[in-house]
Amino acid sequence: MNLQLLQEVTAFIWAEGDMLDHNEYDTWLALWADKGTYIIPIDPKEEDFENTLNYAYDDAHMRQLRVQRLIGGESISTSPQPRTVRTAANFRVLSEDGDQVRVRCSQHLRDFRKDSLKHYSADLTYDLVRSGDSFQIQRKLIRLINSDDTLAGIGYIL
Amino acid sequence: MNNMIDVVNLECDPAELVKADRVHTSLYTDAKLFDAEMEKIFYSTWVWVAHESEIPDAGSYKSTFIGKQPVIAVRDRKKQVNVLLNRCRHRGATVCEHKKGKTNSFVCPYHGWGYALDGSLRGIPHPDSYGECLDKSELPLVSLRTESYAGMIFATFKDDIEPLVDFLGPARKWMDLFMKQGAGYGIKVPGEHRFRFPGNWKIQLENTTDAYHFPLVHKSFLHSVDQQTMDMLDFVDGAGYVEDLGNGHSVMVMIPDLIDLEANLDLPIPTRFESLAQELRDEGIEEQQVRRIVRAVGGSGFNLNLFPNIACSMAFFRVLQPISVNETEIHHSVITMDGGPAVANRYRLRLHEHFQGPMGFGTPDDSEAWERVQKGASAGEDLWIMLNRGLPGEKPSEDGLVSDVSAETGMRAAYQQWKKMMSA
Repeated sequence: MNLQLLQEVTAFIWAEGDMLDHNEYDTWLALWADKGTYIIPIDPKEEDFENTLNYAYDDAHMRQLRVQRLIGGESISTSPQPRTVRTAANFRVLSEDGDQVRVRCSQHLRDFRKDSLKHYSADLTYDLVRSGDSFQIQRKLIRLINSDDTLAGIGYIL
Repeated sequence: MNNMIDVVNLECDPAELVKADRVHTSLYTDAKLFDAEMEKIFYSTWVWVAHESEIPDAGSYKSTFIGKQPVIAVRDRKKQVNVLLNRCRHRGATVCEHKKGKTNSFVCPYHGWGYALDGSLRGIPHPDSYGECLDKSELPLVSLRTESYAGMIFATFKDDIEPLVDFLGPARKWMDLFMKQGAGYGIKVPGEHRFRFPGNWKIQLENTTDAYHFPLVHKSFLHSVDQQTMDMLDFVDGAGYVEDLGNGHSVMVMIPDLIDLEANLDLPIPTRFESLAQELRDEGIEEQQVRRIVRAVGGSGFNLNLFPNIACSMAFFRVLQPISVNETEIHHSVITMDGGPAVANRYRLRLHEHFQGPMGFGTPDDSEAWERVQKGASAGEDLWIMLNRGLPGEKPSEDGLVSDVSAETGMRAAYQQWKKMMSA
């Protein structure tokens, strides 16, 4: 097992989660490759995300707009902004091919807004590409374990 | 206070709770009224259950609810659509727990009673113990009266109410117009966003015919689209209108130019669709059809509210399912062109994701507003919900009553139907 690689991707993904929990959105946006996609599918078995309905299928433009919506103060569902704490664990490198790494981990996220504490568990699969001494995100796939149930509004970035 | 209602009347006379220009707060908060609504509305009229594309083949099914009762909409071997109560006739277990799928039969997991796609009881394991005391023909899955119009399938518990087409009345022509989003390919419902909010179902019913909230609640969405789209959606002071179509149905026309998607196809293609149009041309599609597809992708310029549970809302179907007096489930079903160009359908999916669903730029803000209504409605139990906007300008029309686009005419239409049904 390539423990050094495991440590590198773990550190990267932990930092990414920390940025989201602490509203460092500009830094977060800069983690992405230009053509990177942020995807939250509905059907747990779906593989063709482009041609199906998702909760989110964001390219660079949509990510930028989503951040703007969260911090813009114009949306009643995100002001007050939800507070989140997320924990990522069970990192596993699924494949490594030259500069490309696919890594999967589990994420437990708690969010609090107004008088409600909610919990979302998900499998995250990252496609990362080496960039200098770090990585860029080519794809972040978030499979919520309850993705095919009814959800309430999620006013932050998973 | 003025207009205070004698509490004794709350249970016995719903008619007192609906006036021409207002409804009583208890319509959102009274659990007894909610129970009565199930009986007198949801179990007494035509309720939408599915779009035909959701159950395309023999054996295709969808499980859903009419009011609080679980049902299955299924296409049998003769391609007929059956709407069946999802309840084994033996000891009551549900026979189907999947939301959608394809099957040859429904088999109860408890004792193995098996039903055909038309609901008839076919197989009973170990039948000897019944001797002659059980006649299979007497115990099919209960089948509801089912009719459809323009691909939309409705069912009812009542055998004696008017045919569906009469119930829909003038709403039918708007359904026909809405289906032009198929651009000649036909309409397909390939998925939906499902979410719940802690509020009464009628708060959502009102919202589909509420242009007034759009610029305020959806400010963050409006600031996420291009200037041309923003101008198009600036309709509150525009030439649109709301029309009461009878039987609780209404239409809110926000963008009059987009009533008939096949009219004036020579108008310039909006900037945001230019690259899509070029991709379609590059696929060899001729110009008129390119324009027809692009127009369809953008969606209709109106919301058609069909009482009590379905709306054809610009570019999607809005389905509401009451859970309790203060909880409602909503489905926003996406619409694509069945067999249409993949590039155009992808555009359509991305537009839906942009506004709808728990992570959309529109739905969560609507949801928040509705939640606030339910919360606020627990204050001042003798107060009224005001629905008098647009009354002074309201005039008779060919199909009912018409007023300006942000008038509460559509809500008044729905509540007059509510009053009629609840008083019956």
